[in-house]
Amino acid sequence: MKQFAGFIKKEFYHIFRDVRTMLILFAMPIAQILIFGYVVTNDFKDVHIAILDKSKDNVTKEITNKILSSGYFILEKDLSSSKEIEEAFKDGSIREVIIFEPNFAANLEKEKTANIQLLADASDANTANMIVNYTSGIIYDYLKKENKDIEMPMQIVPEVRMVFNESMKGVYMFVPGTMALILMLISAMMTSISIAREKEMGTMEVLLVSPLKPLQIIIGKVIPYVAISFTNAVTIILLGYFVFGLPINGSIVLLLAESILFILLSLSLGILISTIAKDQEVAMFISMFALLLPTMLLSGFIFPIENMPDVLQWLCHIMPPKYFIIILKHVMIKGTGLMFVWKETLILAGMTLLFLALSVKKFKTRLE
Amino acid sequence: MAVNTNDKIITVKNLIKKFGDFTANDNLTFDVYRGEIFGFLGANGAGKTTAMKILCGLSKPTSGKISVAGFDVYKQTEKIKKNIGYMSQKFSLYEDMTVKENIRFYAGIYGLKRSYIKEKTAELLDRLRMNDYANTLIASIPLGWKQKLAFSIAIFHNPKIVFLDEPTGGVDPITRRQFWDMIYEAAHNGITVFVTTHYMDEAEYCDRVTIMVDGRIDALDTPDNLKKEYKAENMDQVFVKLARNIE
Repeated sequence: MKQFAGFIKKEFYHIFRDVRTMLILFAMPIAQILIFGYVVTNDFKDVHIAILDKSKDNVTKEITNKILSSGYFILEKDLSSSKEIEEAFKDGSIREVIIFEPNFAANLEKEKTANIQLLADASDANTANMIVNYTSGIIYDYLKKENKDIEMPMQIVPEVRMVFNESMKGVYMFVPGTMALILMLISAMMTSISIAREKEMGTMEVLLVSPLKPLQIIIGKVIPYVAISFTNAVTIILLGYFVFGLPINGSIVLLLAESILFILLSLSLGILISTIAKDQEVAMFISMFALLLPTMLLSGFIFPIENMPDVLQWLCHIMPPKYFIIILKHVMIKGTGLMFVWKETLILAGMTLLFLALSVKKFKTRLE
Repeated sequence: MAVNTNDKIITVKNLIKKFGDFTANDNLTFDVYRGEIFGFLGANGAGKTTAMKILCGLSKPTSGKISVAGFDVYKQTEKIKKNIGYMSQKFSLYEDMTVKENIRFYAGIYGLKRSYIKEKTAELLDRLRMNDYANTLIASIPLGWKQKLAFSIAIFHNPKIVFLDEPTGGVDPITRRQFWDMIYEAAHNGITVFVTTHYMDEAEYCDRVTIMVDGRIDALDTPDNLKKEYKAENMDQVFVKLARNIE
């Protein structure tokens, strides 16, 4: 036991004496969660627009006020002629131009119809779509309120409610995703690199010749990373809760237990990588390409899995983070219990055992 | 030093090690006596490292009867590991730890008592004249010092046998000479030294040498006898003659 304590102490020396490692382990998780939280958000607000009002009457003013007071739009330019439109788009300061036709109020009064043209910068197609939808929504809303007295012959009123995320906040998506990403990165990449380093430096040989058992060596190397990963998981949950207001509706114990399961899975993956990689660079390379990119792209973190081609969907099904993200969303946001995520939990546990078995097998063939 | 030829610390009988179709060790038979410096020579790829790994318990032989320090390599590797020391050709110290921390760490994994480690560390630093550098990181001490330190750590727990895998690679001739003085001292204190090298001049320093060619042992005797047998002036010529015979 004393031998073992010395071994873990040594591992902490390695971690605390390397600035790069320290940055990856402690600064990066916090930086990443803050970056995803504040920068990479698809929340809709403060879109800069220009308005070309050829009518300048009461109605157009009212509609303009309503749009600008919605909180989604900021008036960047008041245009006076159609010629200025192209230029305004080109210098990139605005995403949308709203054009009211001449005699807007009069037309509305007389002919019961008036035209508004919405021009949106579709170089970012998704955003353009959202901008136009929001604007149209505000205009219809105005129209409906103005004509309360007039009953249409038939009416269908959809009542929309966004369940589990009423205000459609982006945090609900990125906190679970970032957590999976960071735990994967720290646990798998850092362990595989640190084991590969022992091989590269020849110290692994010396350890193997010593009375320490191979299992002790591996466990000794992994324990510090379990502790650090777990600390990170807790930090991310706390940041999500206090900084971004992400609720924890389910059981905290279950949440932490699932996090530990995912950490163990990542560690076993890291061990497997280290049995394949002969030095640190290879270990890093494999971790980057086999773990990081798939976690970002194929886990449902950023892109919805349902929209992918079949082949990629199949790939997604073998990506461990996918299941962890599902579990996190269930437990944190929907507040459901193990009853609803037992399948995903089992898959993660199964994958962990598989990776460990493969590592042991690889390790043994090398000895023989 | 007089070596008792009845006191065998390593016995190897018909050791065969195969990797698939490739035979790395082809029917090796030899004994190592307690307290001698046993040189294990051969070109790269001759099978030295494979044989040494088997003796250290890192790898299992395909067949053969082998015992190290009185223990069987098939079943008692745990006991073998407690009784041997090992120094790799990379010197294998942790660069980001200090001299003292390295000594403590390696001594610690052999389960030595803390008070004993403390006492012996002070003694060792004195002997190596490295007292002023006890708290210096390994990364910033010269290669020759690392080599001496790695060797001292390999025999810190007083093993019966110490295995040295090409321990003098990359250091200058004077440092090499000093290093061999340390090896003599260890042998004098009763530790059997099993050393692989491809520096033929170093073979002269050994009590007995084996020369491996293509997985087999082609010669095993004292350096003087080998030189007589092959009518050579030095070990280098012995080796060249042996290697030619194969072709």
